[in-house]
Amino acid sequence: MRTTLHVNGKLVEVDVEPRLTLADCLRHELRLTGTHVGCEHGVCGACTIIVDGQAVRSCLVLAVQADGASIQTVEGLAGGDALGPLQTAFRRHHGLQCGFCTPGMLMTAHALLQAEPEASEARIREVLSGNLCRCTGYVGIVKALLDARSAYARPHTREAR
Amino acid sequence: MSRPDAYIGKPIERLEDLRFLRGRGQYVDDLECAGALHAVVVRSAVAHGRIRSIDTAAARTLPGVHAVFTATDLGAKVPVIPVRSESQPSLDQAVQPVLAHGKVRYVGEPVAFVVAETAALAEDAADAVTVDIDPLRAVIDRAGAEAGDVLLFEHSATNTAGRFTGVRGDAAKAFAAAPYVRRERFRVQRYAPVPLETRGLLARWDAHAERLTLAGAAKVPFWVRSVLAAMMALPEQCVDVIETDIGGGFGARGEFFPEDFLVAFAARRLGRPVKWIEDRREHFLSTAHAREVDCELEIACRRDGVILALRGQAWTNAGAYIRPNVASAPRNIAQMGAGPYRIADLHMEVSVLLSNKTPTGSYRGPGRFEIDFCRERLIDLACADLGLDRAEMRRRNLLTDAEMPHALPIVLPHGKGGELDSGDYRVTFDRCLAEIRWDEKASLQGRLIDGRYHGLAIGCYVEGGAIGPRENARLVLDSEGMVTVYVGTSALGQGQETVFAQIAADALGIPIEHVKDVFHGSTTCVEEGFGSFGSRASVMGGCAIAAAAEKLKDSIREAAAARFGCPVSAIEIIEGMRAVRAGELQLPLHELAGRELAAEGTFAAEKRTYSYGAHAAHVAVDPRTGQVEVLEYVAVEDVGRILNPSTLHGQALGAIVQGLGGSLLEELIYDEHGQLLTASLASYLLPSMDDYPDIRAVALELYPSPLNPLGAKGGGEGGIIPVGGVIANAVACALGDLGVQPFELPLSPPRVWQLIEDARGSRRQAQRTAR
Ligand code: FES
Ligand code: FES
Repeated sequence: MRTTLHVNGKLVEVDVEPRLTLADCLRHELRLTGTHVGCEHGVCGACTIIVDGQAVRSCLVLAVQADGASIQTVEGLAGGDALGPLQTAFRRHHGLQCGFCTPGMLMTAHALLQAEPEASEARIREVLSGNLCRCTGYVGIVKALLDARSAYARPHTREAR
Repeated sequence: MSRPDAYIGKPIERLEDLRFLRGRGQYVDDLECAGALHAVVVRSAVAHGRIRSIDTAAARTLPGVHAVFTATDLGAKVPVIPVRSESQPSLDQAVQPVLAHGKVRYVGEPVAFVVAETAALAEDAADAVTVDIDPLRAVIDRAGAEAGDVLLFEHSATNTAGRFTGVRGDAAKAFAAAPYVRRERFRVQRYAPVPLETRGLLARWDAHAERLTLAGAAKVPFWVRSVLAAMMALPEQCVDVIETDIGGGFGARGEFFPEDFLVAFAARRLGRPVKWIEDRREHFLSTAHAREVDCELEIACRRDGVILALRGQAWTNAGAYIRPNVASAPRNIAQMGAGPYRIADLHMEVSVLLSNKTPTGSYRGPGRFEIDFCRERLIDLACADLGLDRAEMRRRNLLTDAEMPHALPIVLPHGKGGELDSGDYRVTFDRCLAEIRWDEKASLQGRLIDGRYHGLAIGCYVEGGAIGPRENARLVLDSEGMVTVYVGTSALGQGQETVFAQIAADALGIPIEHVKDVFHGSTTCVEEGFGSFGSRASVMGGCAIAAAAEKLKDSIREAAAARFGCPVSAIEIIEGMRAVRAGELQLPLHELAGRELAAEGTFAAEKRTYSYGAHAAHVAVDPRTGQVEVLEYVAVEDVGRILNPSTLHGQALGAIVQGLGGSLLEELIYDEHGQLLTASLASYLLPSMDDYPDIRAVALELYPSPLNPLGAKGGGEGGIIPVGGVIANAVACALGDLGVQPFELPLSPPRVWQLIEDARGSRRQAQRTAR
């Protein structure tokens, strides 16, 4: 089936089998392999991407269901080669080891901090509890998000401080 | 080294992060490979049975299917996967064929291998394979294995596949004379490393060059190559085993599994690249499980708390076959019972049992986690019996600097011993007491506050690292002064590229930016490598790199001395390896050496390093739900020399949380037919971000290892080893007034709730009888 997606700001058209998941479509049809697949049953969160502004598990969505949607993956998180503020914070706070959970963590975190730039530690832990990491024990990831919040602060919230 | 370290010991940000954070890692399923076929394994749905027939006819005719292989396609002798270390003849008798024939012995055992144009078509075809199995009764646990009426291997008269015995002094004599003894039974459940990335492989066969390339290897690629070459009757030089980025290992990934052969075999047979990616359910059924130990441990003490002896028996449930590294857990249980304590006499016998469950392998802190749990529980019980303070009793028995090196028990049948290398085990212990504010919190022990009972515990451990026999590295210096590092250890996410760049930069006296790249693990990097296990990579690989750096500098000095006609000692290497000087004479390096200079270095070690430390926990237990909340968890370790405090800290925290998962949540549960009931991440609970928010790790560098020039020790496993004992003791402390004594992990809410109910029941019973 012909499917149109806006991926990281680019319009792409793919011809896919109806049973193909969005995760596999991104990875194998579009060769955007930054999105990872850890379980294919919606638990680990490694496949999380942003679809129309919402963090979504791309292993639970069929590519054809995303027809017309606007998609952001880890490859589109920062412009060009530089790291964005969230990625920089992950690096500074050692928020990753093997890196396999990282793209899903980043996209979930990005969606959260965009919506709630002042999210508390408890809120961060609650929202990201749906993303599993087997390496880090999560401490560095939480610190990274807390640190990255300032980069997401809206102008009025900045003034308020 | 001529200058003070500029990088070693600093929290250098990781080099590998730059690709991981941008989605540019190259994990095995990310490799692009034009024309690759896809494979799916058909697995046994029956735990134990005789194969009547495997019908592949329907599957073969499906569109896009290239082949369906069964054992009969593999020639007269189906290859078997050998034991990698510390084998015994009886263990070798129970190794796994790459495809089942005759019998199946666990749910998930490979019986056929389907190769098709796409992964989806291969899955369709796998569904069309019919496997007819005549079921036999399944052996599940120790009792079933020891009964011996059902045998996994009929040619053997027993389900006991091997035995390891740890011996020091004369335990029988010590027990006979001891004023106090106590014996208890313990059990550690079956659970598993569960890395977030499942296994996967991509094989290519170059018919023209008769050359095989297998990508997706981890942990021990060189060993995988030698096994694979033998199975495929190829010279080792014709097999390249390539390490990709790896989504976590923790001991399981990278050993030789049936698929390592099957994917390579199919690629060669079909003349096309073949890719196989494990799915999560398959991962639970087929990648190595771990732990599952029954243990009876007995302690002998003086009344003042001095531990005299330890003895016992343990039974590890190895599953259906003896896989390559099945030995590490039982041998460590046999040897490491005394942990960091001064216990003169020890006798520990560990049997390796077969059962109709997924074969086991090693998992971070193999055997050490299990035996530490049993010993630390027993120490707390002894303290209660003897009316001693738990901290004071431990402190009295911890080994001190003056007792180093300290000989370890000998392990039979191989007769290997070893020794603890350096340290004062009271120091990390005291620091840990201070960190958790032990004295301040003492009054909380057993207290009921807002409906929850509070408990406190502390436990100690040693962690063996830097396992030999040796490691190799090669450094290549180009005319721009840029260095490329090649090393035989492999990366599993621990930040090895960064740590090795730090070591290379300091050894050569160059800025770290001049380390162009670090290549590791693959058989193409160095002639001979040993991989990553037993907390060996940083020490062994790092020392090999330092050795190569010295050789590189020597060869530069020799070449310069010859050119200048002066003694070698007059030569100075300057400008960050870009030039050489002798007095007034100076020459850019590229004029001296042309385009490239290379040197190789080896580091060999016969003895292991031992990091050590203490952990403490403060928990609250809700008696209505059995829920254990970890209010505070603190770890203190001494790793000899810290190479990168940031990556070390990450290792500690990650290992602690894995340990908490194993102590409180994770369990691979089987039914009586040998069906795994927890084969998804929905039913097998991993720790998530909101489970354990309050954990801390402190690393010290007090007693460098005398065994290597870096003074470093292993640091990857210490974080997990004492967690089970600490958590169980904290729960016992909290529920002391209710009479609850946990002897089994995990302390999941249903188990804790049941323990409370049972304790209440027996109290009521006692009251009734009293009346
Ligand atoms: S792969 Fe989608 S949630 Fe695990
Ligand atoms: S960094 Fe390995 S799973 Fe998170």
